[in-house]
Amino acid sequence: MEYQGKELFRRSGIPVPRGQQCATAQEAAEFVARNPGQWVVKAQVLMGGRGKAGKIKFADDAEQARAMTTDVMATPMPPNRQNPKGEPINSVLIEEKLPIAKEAYCAITIDRTTKKPVIMVSPFGGMDIEEVAEQHPESIAKTFIDTAAGYWPYVGRDLAFVSGLDPGYRKALPAILAGLYDLFFTYGAKLVEINPLVLTDDGRVFASDSKVELDDDGLFKNPEFKEWQKTLPLDEDETLAVAAGLGVRNFRRFDGTVGTMANGAGLAMATMDAVNFAGGKIANFLDVGGGANAQRVRNCYELIVNHTGARSIFINIFGGITRGDEVAKGIVQALAETQSRKVPLVIRLTGTNEKEGRKILAEAGMTPVETMDEGAARAVKLAAGA
Amino acid sequence: MSIYLDKNTKVIVQGITGAEGSYHTGRMLDYGTKIVGGVTPGKGGQKSSHGLPVFDTVQQAVDATGATHTCIFVPPPFAADALFEAHAAGIGFAVCITEGLPVHDVLRVVGATPGMQIVGPNCPGLISPGKSSIGIMPGHIFKEGDVGLISRSGTLTYEVVDLLTRAGFGQSTCVGIGGDPIIGTTFVDCLRSFANDPGTRAIVVCGEIGGSDEEDAAAFVAEHLPGTPIVGFIGGRNAPPGKSLGHAGAIVSGKFGTAKSKIEAFEAAGIPVAARPSEIPGLLADRLAKP
Repeated sequence: MEYQGKELFRRSGIPVPRGQQCATAQEAAEFVARNPGQWVVKAQVLMGGRGKAGKIKFADDAEQARAMTTDVMATPMPPNRQNPKGEPINSVLIEEKLPIAKEAYCAITIDRTTKKPVIMVSPFGGMDIEEVAEQHPESIAKTFIDTAAGYWPYVGRDLAFVSGLDPGYRKALPAILAGLYDLFFTYGAKLVEINPLVLTDDGRVFASDSKVELDDDGLFKNPEFKEWQKTLPLDEDETLAVAAGLGVRNFRRFDGTVGTMANGAGLAMATMDAVNFAGGKIANFLDVGGGANAQRVRNCYELIVNHTGARSIFINIFGGITRGDEVAKGIVQALAETQSRKVPLVIRLTGTNEKEGRKILAEAGMTPVETMDEGAARAVKLAAGA
Repeated sequence: MSIYLDKNTKVIVQGITGAEGSYHTGRMLDYGTKIVGGVTPGKGGQKSSHGLPVFDTVQQAVDATGATHTCIFVPPPFAADALFEAHAAGIGFAVCITEGLPVHDVLRVVGATPGMQIVGPNCPGLISPGKSSIGIMPGHIFKEGDVGLISRSGTLTYEVVDLLTRAGFGQSTCVGIGGDPIIGTTFVDCLRSFANDPGTRAIVVCGEIGGSDEEDAAAFVAEHLPGTPIVGFIGGRNAPPGKSLGHAGAIVSGKFGTAKSKIEAFEAAGIPVAARPSEIPGLLADRLAKP
């Protein structure tokens, strides 16, 4: 969240406005009482669009701080294009109000094509950068960084000119980008972003907002972030996935009626596409992962049955590391032992140990289908009640 | 013929004494891969369960065996180290099966290992059917032939291979390039190699949502391989924006990385795109029948 990002900014020497994270209106009022001045009350959430949603307010004294904090936290962030579910607000950041003259944008992320970090600077700050990319693509200046050489200040000097930033930024930008690159590199971030980068009336430059996306796979290098991660809300699908022993990315729900389960993300996506092609509406994406055993298959069955609107489930397994007999055992066990409602299954099982797997299914009275298309078509029919 | 490996390719396995490394080494040996040894620091001088020599360092393994290729099964925190070690020892081709490498580790490896081709990370490896296999692909579904296959996925690759084999299309080499955002060998790298392989007559490219590798591949085909019979498939047509589906790299953000953009790029480059994997053999036959 913003306050955590700003903590990292501070460590990397990036100037940020003075501020304090507060979990209650009382804390906010006390902070402002101790520190008289003009303050901004900012909802702490992961999604963007706070200004439009009325989740950024101003306060000139302690009572206003109390009232505005109460107001901001009274309702969750409403849904928008970026997050169709909205987000609860658990704290606010009380921050020094800056006399804003200009707002710019800068960020560092990883470019997949060149396989290099890319630094981006634009004079259009305070806007959704995707909109800027659509409306003013020429305004975003980019430099790709060789990781062996790292960042050097000339890159920042150059970007300040090429992007057409207000001259007031020129002196500060190289050092701010140095701090940003240091943060990006030290913490193994996937994205670090300052939007807006504010130029004040009196010529100072501050990171007025912060966004840092860390790499889950790199968290082991910075154990303190594991604690931070616990404070971040996983969304419901991610929470369910983790509870079932899956990776956070392996389960995602949709509005349809045909449940899907496959091994491997590529096959799972192709399975969803096959259901859609057969005229069905998908209830979920689920990748059981490599080497799934009977228990995991059973968990996945229950996950789909209990948490989606599936009226049939298409299980599509191509055994590589995953063994067909293990999957078959899981399916049979799941059906025998589950307390959950039962939905008709369509099973396609091929690859490693397919014969053994098919035998186990046959003994339990189930007949696997031969192909993915056939399975998808049958699951769609079953979901429609035919 | 084939690309990247054939029956004489000498391969070592880094992490040969671990559970995964040991199991898949056995499967690769069964397939006929010429594995000449393995590396596990601290276990030099021992024999693996397959009777292969184990070395402490990659340099020792290379000096003793003349290996040119390595297959890496070491856990994520040590995988980048293993890749740099392979590069320092003069290995020319590294296949990294390990899933979950920090993306910054991968950035640094691919940026600083000139001369070493990396496949993966987070990939099933590659196979030249009837000759050799490096990685974890189930050998029995493959058949020797002249169709090259490139895919970002594991099991989807098997699905497509199975369909091709059943339809009578054998394969020259199949490369699973991996589903991570940053990978060593891309579609374009493989296309270039297949184009130079006299044993490859046609190519199947299995992409998915996320990134712009498929668009880059389409541009490469339009410019350099206009006459080559190529068929495409894009997984994830029904993916919602903003969330990765399984693969870290399979994410649609805004207008970028959508299936639509990739399908349009393929079609504009003259590459027919199968709506389902089962259509691939038919499209391939059509494409090959064209003069």
